[in-house]
Amino acid sequence: MPMPAEHILHRLADIVGPEHVSVATVDRITHSFDATQRQCLPDVVVHPGDTGEISRIVRLANEERIPILPRGAGSGFTGGSLPVRGGIVLVLTRMNRILEIDTDNLIAVVEPGVVTGRLQREVERLGLFYPPDPASKDFSTLGGNIAECAGGPRCVKYGVTRDYVLGLTVVTPTGNVIRTGGRTMKNVVGYDLTRLFVGSEGTLGIVTQIILRLLPKPEARKTMLVAFAAIDGAAQAVSAIIRGRIIPATLEFMDGAAIDCVRRATDLDLPPDCRAVLIIEVDGDRALLDGQARKILDIIRPLGVLETRVAETAGESEAIWQVRRSVSPSLRALNPHKFNEDIVVPRSRVPEMIRALEALSTRYGVPIVNFGHAGDGNIHVNVMVDLNQPGMDATVHQVLDEIFRTVVGLGGSVSGEHGIGTAKAPYIGMELDPPTLAAMRAVKQALDPNNIMNPGKIFPENGTTAAAGEADPAADPSASDHG
Amino acid sequence: MAEGKPLEQFQDEIAQCVRCGACQAHCPVYLETGREGSVARGKIVLAAAVLAGEAGLDERLHEEIGLCLLCGSCVAKCPNKVPTDAIVAALRRRIVEEQGLSPLGKGVAALTGSKPLLASLVKGADLLAPVLFKKIPATSGLRLRFAPTALKGRSLPPLPERTLFARVPEFLEGDPARPTVGIFAGCALTYLYPQVGEILVRLPHRLGCSVYLPRTQGCCGMPALSSGNGPLVHTLAAANNKAFADRDLDCILTACASCRGMLAGYAAETGRPLPAQLVDIHVFLHQQGMAAQLAALPKWPQRLTVTYHDPCHLRTAGITREPRELLRALPQADFVEMEDAGLCCGLGGTFTAAHPELSRAIGDRKLAGLTASGATVIASACPGCILQLQDIIDRAGLPVRAVHTLELLQQALTESEP
Ligand SMILES: Cc1cc2nc3c(=O)[nH]c(=O)nc-3n(C[C@H](O)[C@H](O)[C@H](O)COP(=O)(O)OP(=O)(O)OC[C@H]3O[C@@H](n4cnc5c(N)ncnc54)[C@H](O)[C@@H]3O)c2cc1C
Ligand code: SF4
Ligand code: SF4
Repeated sequence: MPMPAEHILHRLADIVGPEHVSVATVDRITHSFDATQRQCLPDVVVHPGDTGEISRIVRLANEERIPILPRGAGSGFTGGSLPVRGGIVLVLTRMNRILEIDTDNLIAVVEPGVVTGRLQREVERLGLFYPPDPASKDFSTLGGNIAECAGGPRCVKYGVTRDYVLGLTVVTPTGNVIRTGGRTMKNVVGYDLTRLFVGSEGTLGIVTQIILRLLPKPEARKTMLVAFAAIDGAAQAVSAIIRGRIIPATLEFMDGAAIDCVRRATDLDLPPDCRAVLIIEVDGDRALLDGQARKILDIIRPLGVLETRVAETAGESEAIWQVRRSVSPSLRALNPHKFNEDIVVPRSRVPEMIRALEALSTRYGVPIVNFGHAGDGNIHVNVMVDLNQPGMDATVHQVLDEIFRTVVGLGGSVSGEHGIGTAKAPYIGMELDPPTLAAMRAVKQALDPNNIMNPGKIFPENGTTAAAGEADPAADPSASDHG
Repeated sequence: MAEGKPLEQFQDEIAQCVRCGACQAHCPVYLETGREGSVARGKIVLAAAVLAGEAGLDERLHEEIGLCLLCGSCVAKCPNKVPTDAIVAALRRRIVEEQGLSPLGKGVAALTGSKPLLASLVKGADLLAPVLFKKIPATSGLRLRFAPTALKGRSLPPLPERTLFARVPEFLEGDPARPTVGIFAGCALTYLYPQVGEILVRLPHRLGCSVYLPRTQGCCGMPALSSGNGPLVHTLAAANNKAFADRDLDCILTACASCRGMLAGYAAETGRPLPAQLVDIHVFLHQQGMAAQLAALPKWPQRLTVTYHDPCHLRTAGITREPRELLRALPQADFVEMEDAGLCCGLGGTFTAAHPELSRAIGDRKLAGLTASGATVIASACPGCILQLQDIIDRAGLPVRAVHTLELLQQALTESEP
């Protein structure tokens, strides 16, 4: 899109104030990327202050047929906040008020720019709990979490963002302000539009206010690290624990390749023949935790357990989580470029999936490191390559293609947490059949007849050359198509 | 020669940034502005764009690159340890090389860089508040931090009659079996808080050390670095290097976190460190068994409630334990931890002079944690932080005193219980 006409800029400045509108190159550059490392320049950057302003801006964009998209913290992994068609970026960080924490009805009302971790700290002060815990919780926004339906380790017990959204205020692509759901747990009036907007990646409208469900804060937690001789034992342990009628708050795993990476980067002391680790955390009443921990250890003992460590103090618990957190940063030592996929398969199929990944790694000669949320079958698959090697680009795409086919074959999904955006759009057809995709497009068409709201996302388009995952920009031919 | 590593040589470091955004959680400026250009990630992308010729060194770029406290908080928490502070400094040098110094930067140069280093007042230093600055030599970076724009309505300590150099001799002979230590006092402890500077000199002597405070030391160079003046940073570094070169020292002690950060960081960048190892005074006293010595003193019946603010330049160097353990051991005080102890106070090099309102807004974020802690004294390990903290405390009308940790140690060792 060419530089927007003068009269449009004037109208934008009238709506939000001139200090919140910029067409300066510097501002366009600083709003041209997200965590995918791709870059596309927007034409205008706007920092709106409230729902009314957003409604007027969207109406203007719709009249003038200008692409417009919401942006939270820009921490998305799939290109959701990339302005692939230029246009207006609406940055929601000014709208960062926690409007209400209602301790009688256990709800919070917030603006979309509130950072997730901040809400968690505020409600925990009052003895309450907002469970969804993406690893990015200290910087990603609740608006972005809702748009991507973010999840995290605690989802095995507590569910994902979707499970905590009771109601939304949304500016639709034609500029109307609608309210979905409400302040009550029960609500069956009309279509459940709340669920439609959760996970819609900013393509159906802009969330401007959010009503969230809270829980009482669990009294205590207990963290354990269990080392296994093989991934099968770890996977069986996951099923066995759940069959034993215990749902831990988190059930994280690391495969052999991930353990090797951490070993190289830190002085991790695990048994030398350890090829899988589970990190298990139970939470609830303090009095019950020791019993639960013991029961879990009894259940899994026969499954090739090499060693168990139960944290007795907060410091020991922190040390266990540090092992898990050190995986990501340690990967770069393997190869410079990371393709990070967040596939999900039914819990019981995790061992098959891991074996398939190991076979692919051997067949194509590329390291694949896996870790993630064993409890809900969500595996972070990291294909580590050096794209400077001739032919590697093609190889990677072949590997990813095979991974996604395997996932779908096992009844899983190509994205558990990070969404589709531009990065996974080419693969959506593997999972959704044409009538299903057509139904989704019909919803989009109905709400956004002029396709102005975050266009170019989710649905595969002709000529889309999106690379999956965190591709290095240099490797992605579309990465330098600034604007 | 070498005027700091040029921007071009930061290509690899810039490429290490994976654009994850994690720095947003730790950048004091971003937490206040919420704008991507304020945070490390935005600045790195801009640095990349400058190198690629996609962004010019225009007014907006100056503004964004100006919005950095060089506090290093982002670096400490970055999964890839991308040195944003060094990249910002290189970008500022680049701007200065191509466009000359900003008015503020010219002030820094006029004041911290005039020769000889300890020259008398520079004429025409009209951007300074004359009353306060009559006594402070033109070479001091202090003058820039407290240009009139930044001074308006600010609480300042009364300027002491005698500077540190008038209070203590250049050399204090100690026990020959004990270490000989150098003291890098820095501008604030020499001119603004000489009573703290004096403790920095006398405490190690009390422990038996020989102590050397060379008179030819000058400004650490932080304000010059902050304003992009590479050559001046080098002049100052060379002078300081020379000041300490003529004696065999076991280490050089600092009690100003910013000076320490500047001298340690700059040494790494240029490979021209001071002639002996730099050690923070808290770390030194801790090693010398001071915590145990304090803990052995009888507890006072009436005690202060004391909390601690982590200066960024100690926190990011991993020095958080030693000052706390010393405070916990005090006989006259009960130590309480405050929430957000590690949040930046907002002073930051020349930041407070260039952005006084933002600087204060960042500082005000400390108030909630401080109030909730119930402390009546907030100790810190950096005179800059203390000055800024007292200012935000006074404006909020809180009955709290900001002091240097050393003042409490001194009180414990020399005063008896009331
Ligand atoms: C280090 C790291 C770890 C991560 N860990 C996890 C994890 O554990 N689990 C997980 O699920 N994700 C994770 N993510 C991905 C990312 O943080 C999440 O997708 C997050 O929800 C994005 O929030 P954001 O505020 O950054 O949104 P952005 O990236 O700015 O935007 C994401 C999408 O949301 C849309 N959007 C933003 N605000 C609104 C709004 N108000 N209304 C409508 N649409 C909106 C945008 O248009 C875009 O399509 C991680 C990312 C990083 C960098
Ligand atoms: S500077 Fe570090 S923390 Fe910030 S975006 Fe880059 S890699 Fe992430
Ligand atoms: S050095 Fe400090 S102010 Fe500058 S970008 Fe990093 S965290 Fe922000």
